[in-house]
Amino acid sequence: MNDANNLSRMRDAAFTKDVEAQSGQKMSDCYQCGNCTAGCPAGFVYDRQVNQIMRAVQLGLKDEALGSRSVWMCLSCSTCSLRCPNDIDVAAVMETLRHMARRGNRVTAPKVENFWLSFLDTVRAFGRAYEIGTMALYMLRSLRVFTDLDLVPVALKKKKLGFRPHVVPHGGAAAVARIMRRYKERAVHEGVRP
Amino acid sequence: MTYAYYPGCSAKGSSADYEKSTQAVCDVLGLTLVEMSDWNCCGSTPAHAVDTELSAALCARNLDIAARQGAKMLLTPCPSCLSNLKHAANRLEKPEFRARVDALLDNPAAGNFPAVTSVMQGIAAHCDVNGIAKHIRKNLKGLKLAAYYGCLMSRPAKLMDFGDPENPSLMENLLTACGAEMLNFPLKTVCCGASYGIPERAVTARLSGRILKLAACMQADAVAVACPLCQMNLDLRQPQAAKAVDAFFNMPVLYFTQIMGLAFGLSPTALGLEKLRVSADSLLRKLEAEGGRS
Repeated sequence: MNDANNLSRMRDAAFTKDVEAQSGQKMSDCYQCGNCTAGCPAGFVYDRQVNQIMRAVQLGLKDEALGSRSVWMCLSCSTCSLRCPNDIDVAAVMETLRHMARRGNRVTAPKVENFWLSFLDTVRAFGRAYEIGTMALYMLRSLRVFTDLDLVPVALKKKKLGFRPHVVPHGGAAAVARIMRRYKERAVHEGVRP
Repeated sequence: MTYAYYPGCSAKGSSADYEKSTQAVCDVLGLTLVEMSDWNCCGSTPAHAVDTELSAALCARNLDIAARQGAKMLLTPCPSCLSNLKHAANRLEKPEFRARVDALLDNPAAGNFPAVTSVMQGIAAHCDVNGIAKHIRKNLKGLKLAAYYGCLMSRPAKLMDFGDPENPSLMENLLTACGAEMLNFPLKTVCCGASYGIPERAVTARLSGRILKLAACMQADAVAVACPLCQMNLDLRQPQAAKAVDAFFNMPVLYFTQIMGLAFGLSPTALGLEKLRVSADSLLRKLEAEGGRS
């Protein structure tokens, strides 16, 4: 099949509008100068470079943008946004794509998501992040039991890891758990993945 | 001067030495930091990576507590907490966003929040070069340092208000006031790989390795940092970083507050130096050898 025909069939203008609405960025402002890509410190592990992702969104190539590993490997360092000559918050676009991919259950880097969810689980339980707990949950979730095992002896020796979680006093932990419960309930109600 | 203080979760675990040295240095300089009693996690990267409203709700609870306690200014040592709190306060100015966040909270958040700033900016606003100089007991003369800010401190530029976002200089100003020689370190705001050390070690190891390699090439005696995660990546993960860039380092990575504390004559224990994976002994020896000003 002719590539041009195929391309026009894949285009989804509603997707471009969605990204614009959720990120607050005007996609047509991107003229593909490549500054975002040039400055991206994680580009070496991307399957599509930042400017290619921006182009995919402009063209409405939803699968190309949401199925990319890059949106998960973005470090949120905002170098791209800072150097954009047209003042596009490129990092906000990347984050929006990650949110959309998550809600649509299209996670192309499950290890990264597993780590985030493990971290948030400890916040739900104690109101504050709990480093050992995050690691333990992450190992269970990802079945990567040997993650960072090389760091454990020195981390323990230097008392880098607190064994006991810090629980927010005065009912604060329960208040945080309620915030997270309401968030989840609303996501379910709105039909998206929390 | 009294400020509300938001330590952030790592202050109670992996960066207890940052917390300890921050308190000690602020004590010397006459800044009183009063820890908010029932602060919660700001959600760090995982919350905003998952959902903007969730992240804002976790931050709004803290901002609300600070507002109700009558705080005028909230100080935090951690750039990630700072960024999240500032982003949340900024986004909550939009009524429709605020309504969605309020619906996640027990009570709607206060109308006005106190300003949030970093401990580094708080120190700089509180005392000028002379204010710092009069507390120096051990001049850092002869010490060559690379200031490393990480990505969050100065970006996004408008929100963080931290000077030139590609070339901030506040840490250099503070440490120069203590007598140290600051290198012109070009990677000062280039990302260290953030929290990807756990799920994607190769990313963090390579990025941190590059930073350490340059600091070593420039013959820095130490890297000065302001972020708990950067410190962990450059110090605790230093062997992983060295392997990734095919090098060997023995580069001490200290919080800027630990270095200021040394200049103020505070003991290594009072600054938590024993927490560092790469020992700061070489630094201490160099300071002794230089003699300093007693």
